[in-house]
Amino acid sequence: MSTVQESVPAAAVPTVNATARKSSTLGRTTSLIVLAVMLIMPLFVRNFIIFQVTMVLIYGIAVLALNILTGGSGQFSLGQSAFFAIGAYAAAILIEHGNVNYALTLPIAGVICFIFGFLFGFPALRLSGIYLALATYALAVAMPQLLKLGVIEHWTGGVQGLVVTKPDAPFGLPISQDMWLYYFTLAVTLAIYIASTNLLKSRSGRAMMAIRDNEIAASAMGVDISLYKTLAFGISAGITGVAGALGAIAVQFVAPDSYTFTLAIALFLGMVVGGVGWLPGSFAGAAFIVFVPNIAEGISKGLSGAFFGVLLFIVIYLVPHGARQVAILAESLFNKMKKP
Amino acid sequence: MPAIASRVATLSTVLALSVATSGAALAQKKYDPGATDTEIKIGNIMPYSGPASAYGVIGKTEAAYFKKINAEGGINGRKINFISYDDAYSPPKTVEQARKLVESDEVLFIFNSLGTPPNSAIHKYMNSKKVPQLFVATGATKWNDPKNFPWTMGWQPNYQSETQIYAKYILKNMPNAKIAVMYQNDDYGKDYLKGLLDGLGAKKTMIIAEESFETSEPTIDSHIVKLKASGADVFINIATPKFAAQAIKKMGEIGWKPTHFLNNVSASVGSVLKPAGYDNSQGIISAAYLKDPSDPQWNNDKGMKDYLAFLAKDFPEGDKLDNSSVVAYGVAQTMVEVLKKCGDNLTRENIMKQAASLKDFNTEVLLPGIKINTSATDFAPISQLQLMKFKGEKWELFGDIISADTSG
Repeated sequence: MSTVQESVPAAAVPTVNATARKSSTLGRTTSLIVLAVMLIMPLFVRNFIIFQVTMVLIYGIAVLALNILTGGSGQFSLGQSAFFAIGAYAAAILIEHGNVNYALTLPIAGVICFIFGFLFGFPALRLSGIYLALATYALAVAMPQLLKLGVIEHWTGGVQGLVVTKPDAPFGLPISQDMWLYYFTLAVTLAIYIASTNLLKSRSGRAMMAIRDNEIAASAMGVDISLYKTLAFGISAGITGVAGALGAIAVQFVAPDSYTFTLAIALFLGMVVGGVGWLPGSFAGAAFIVFVPNIAEGISKGLSGAFFGVLLFIVIYLVPHGARQVAILAESLFNKMKKP
Repeated sequence: MPAIASRVATLSTVLALSVATSGAALAQKKYDPGATDTEIKIGNIMPYSGPASAYGVIGKTEAAYFKKINAEGGINGRKINFISYDDAYSPPKTVEQARKLVESDEVLFIFNSLGTPPNSAIHKYMNSKKVPQLFVATGATKWNDPKNFPWTMGWQPNYQSETQIYAKYILKNMPNAKIAVMYQNDDYGKDYLKGLLDGLGAKKTMIIAEESFETSEPTIDSHIVKLKASGADVFINIATPKFAAQAIKKMGEIGWKPTHFLNNVSASVGSVLKPAGYDNSQGIISAAYLKDPSDPQWNNDKGMKDYLAFLAKDFPEGDKLDNSSVVAYGVAQTMVEVLKKCGDNLTRENIMKQAASLKDFNTEVLLPGIKINTSATDFAPISQLQLMKFKGEKWELFGDIISADTSG
């Protein structure tokens, strides 16, 4: 907790002050332009690119969830992959064993993960900072093995995993499965994004940020610390679960190997690269974790990991506050040009 | 003069031949995406990074082998363009890379993608796209299912056939055996166990003790002690190298000497039997289908010499003792054979057809006598193994080649 306090807002606050009211969102014009690009993009690219962008949106939702937890309430989590896995398996099992419509599995996955996250939030109350990070780490490490348990193998498919049927476009729309899934994901992403920005602007959001900035002061002001901390965990887990469910539908397959600790680290990385506490950055961060490994692999096959490290190092060194810093720079440049 | 005469003769023959065949040849030249007059695009997915990165050497060996084939003129005049991507053994990434290969790079087919979970993730996709997923690098039995998945084929003997062969041997030579089994609790271990149970059939009751272990356990000593207490006189060891070595060592320590069957996965002299101790390893029985480069009996073998020459010339960074390179060499040779047989008809359908009609093909690194056979209903290229017994510091092959066909 203290780390977030020290490292991120401290340095970013002076620059952000100018746009304090919408510091966690984009300006209206920019948002509309981005939305317009997202809407027409699929008409011009191959299905494979549409699939990749769908994955960016899905990971973006998961990073956003982590951003609410860390950027909003100041709690760390290295265990998001576990909630992602629960969401994915919930969707896969409901679709394949329960014949539930795929769209219905999203809220169900969200609710299941909310409950898990909320419950996990209670023991987490006693921990803070790196200790909390370690507790959530344990969750991430345990999850792939728990999914292999013989007792639930009938449902989860054990190590073999489960194959999920990809949905066709409804009402006989003449678009490909990939394009339909993209628009479906985009709609879900928009809903979650708008709900999240509103949440952070609301009373509860302010209460969470007060806890992040100074727990004692917040409690003196009458904020119910334990309620809001567990709530933040629950909401974050719930959103991650929805992302996991979408991921299962898009990839058409779930297996324990898909949700290892590496995924948790990737989400954490996405948050840092996107800018902690800045919600639009979640999607920039997600793009980083989807595309940069491919770039690194293009440079050298044997040393892809090393090149990924170098690229990451460059990003962190040049723009320590991630995409947020880039956006702020661009904005001030734009303003300067407007007022000569 | 005679030279010119003969040249003219040759020329006219060639002309006559080409006139005779050109019509047919033009009609026969058929391509799907990824194949042209000059190139065959092959896709591949390997874990170059991540937990299974040790297997990345398979992709590198194959790249080196195809480069060698290209340098020698390619296949029927076409060069192989081998595009290999990293999936870090993570199924969602495999899906992304497979789609990139099929939809963006437009490869003719995907060859030897590695691992059971990654291949499961793209199994349905490849079959719905009707793009061959050929010679996958995993021993799971489900790849041999031509009826439901006509675009997917394995290569190596599947895990189930190996334990079926042990079961056959036990039924024949030790009909009154009391069997103890130890297996790794995952897809690989369970596949092996199923083969054993199927192989024993009605005689399943011969198994008097069964112990499973998790790869997260630091040591499996307690399982060995338990199995010894059961009084079994045959022990079947289904474990990956680290655990297999622990088991052999512990058995030596507590003086348990049953007839010991060790799965082929852990039959490496260098990484299992040597660390476990040669004394403890005497008499262990296993099964093999490939020649072992560290075994001196192949020193004068032509196939092994060719393989070592390839390593020295085209893949100098490879490790001579790494079994993965041998597998890669063998599977790449099989691929080249299939492409040669396709001739000028490089459609995806014809590739599956040719892959499914291999008759008695023997790559240079397979044990003599082991043949690759496939048919429209048999998508398991290698289903023969030979038993071997550990003696001194090396394996000694014995008995006949044994076949066991299983389907998924």
